[in-house]
Amino acid sequence: MYSGEEMVGLLVDLGITHVVWIPDSTFGEWDDALSESRDLRLVQVCREGEAWAVAAGLYLGGARPLVVIQCTGLLESGDSLRNAVHDYGLPLFGIVGYRSYLNSETLPGDTCLRFTEPVLAAWDVPTVFVDEFEKKPLLGQHYRQCQQAGDAGIVLMAEGRA
Amino acid sequence: MTTSSNLLRMPLPEALQVLQAHSQDSVVISTMGAAREWAKLEPSPLDFVYVPSSMGQAPSLGLGVALAQPDRQVIVCNGDGCMLMNLGSLVTITAASPQNMVLVVMENGVYEVTGGQATVAAASRRQDGKPLQFASMARACGFKSVLEFSSLDDWTAQCAEAIKQPGPVFICLQVEPVMGDVSPRSPGPASERVRRFMEALRG
Repeated sequence: MYSGEEMVGLLVDLGITHVVWIPDSTFGEWDDALSESRDLRLVQVCREGEAWAVAAGLYLGGARPLVVIQCTGLLESGDSLRNAVHDYGLPLFGIVGYRSYLNSETLPGDTCLRFTEPVLAAWDVPTVFVDEFEKKPLLGQHYRQCQQAGDAGIVLMAEGRA
Repeated sequence: MTTSSNLLRMPLPEALQVLQAHSQDSVVISTMGAAREWAKLEPSPLDFVYVPSSMGQAPSLGLGVALAQPDRQVIVCNGDGCMLMNLGSLVTITAASPQNMVLVVMENGVYEVTGGQATVAAASRRQDGKPLQFASMARACGFKSVLEFSSLDDWTAQCAEAIKQPGPVFICLQVEPVMGDVSPRSPGPASERVRRFMEALRG
């Protein structure tokens, strides 16, 4: 959906300072561009629960973090997200990759397709879904709207392979 | 820097009082039992009693603050049970390598707030009867400075120097468990407290 260079350009334009992530097979293609950017600091974690907490600390300290994780990581990190967004009301923003959404035959029976959207809805974070090229501008729009409103937000991004 | 070989454990409240005396200008993030006791001390605007918490995430929260505020020392007071919930954070921290971060683990071998059940790192849960060594774990994960203390006298004498070691610093304090009504409580509405903390951080 986005090349690494394209994503870096977009994030810098949005004023993001730190990307807190674990790469998956789709987002991992951004690794070089994110790592080499002079305007972004990449903070890689071991497990996705750390990502929301690191992002919370960055935000409190005045940075503008972005969490980038796959839907499996969203499922794993729920308690950390709950605490940062709902206990403390922090307007954290994340990109969540929707594993195999565009190419489900690569991972037959992937239960991510069954649970990701209901779980995301349960976490009650304003979410937009980018599943085709025409919807790419939604990422920037949603970020800006959430920041303006002081809300947390998520972009659920369809992925094409497991 | 010497390591205490005394097998005694130090009382938690006193251990934290020693730390507080040397961290007046630092950010101090505390969780669980440490948060309960830290909340009883003279408050500083740069203190954050991380209650309510996502268990295990205090080191990660502290890492974020340390990265955003490299000119401030950030001290995280964590429990050993919490540390076990997020061992990966030890690696995350050393990969980011914030020189201004100090992670202090209060090791008492139990989940204090749920009634004192032993953690799986405690001697009683291990097949060989030996407790896991958090300091060794931290060393293996790449912490630049790793220290451990079980004697309050040693900690009192060496705390100031310990927290000034090249960072990130890992300190393991062997402390006595506190029994009874030990649940940490948020000393005020969470959203309000975090807003004040944020304002203090951002100056």
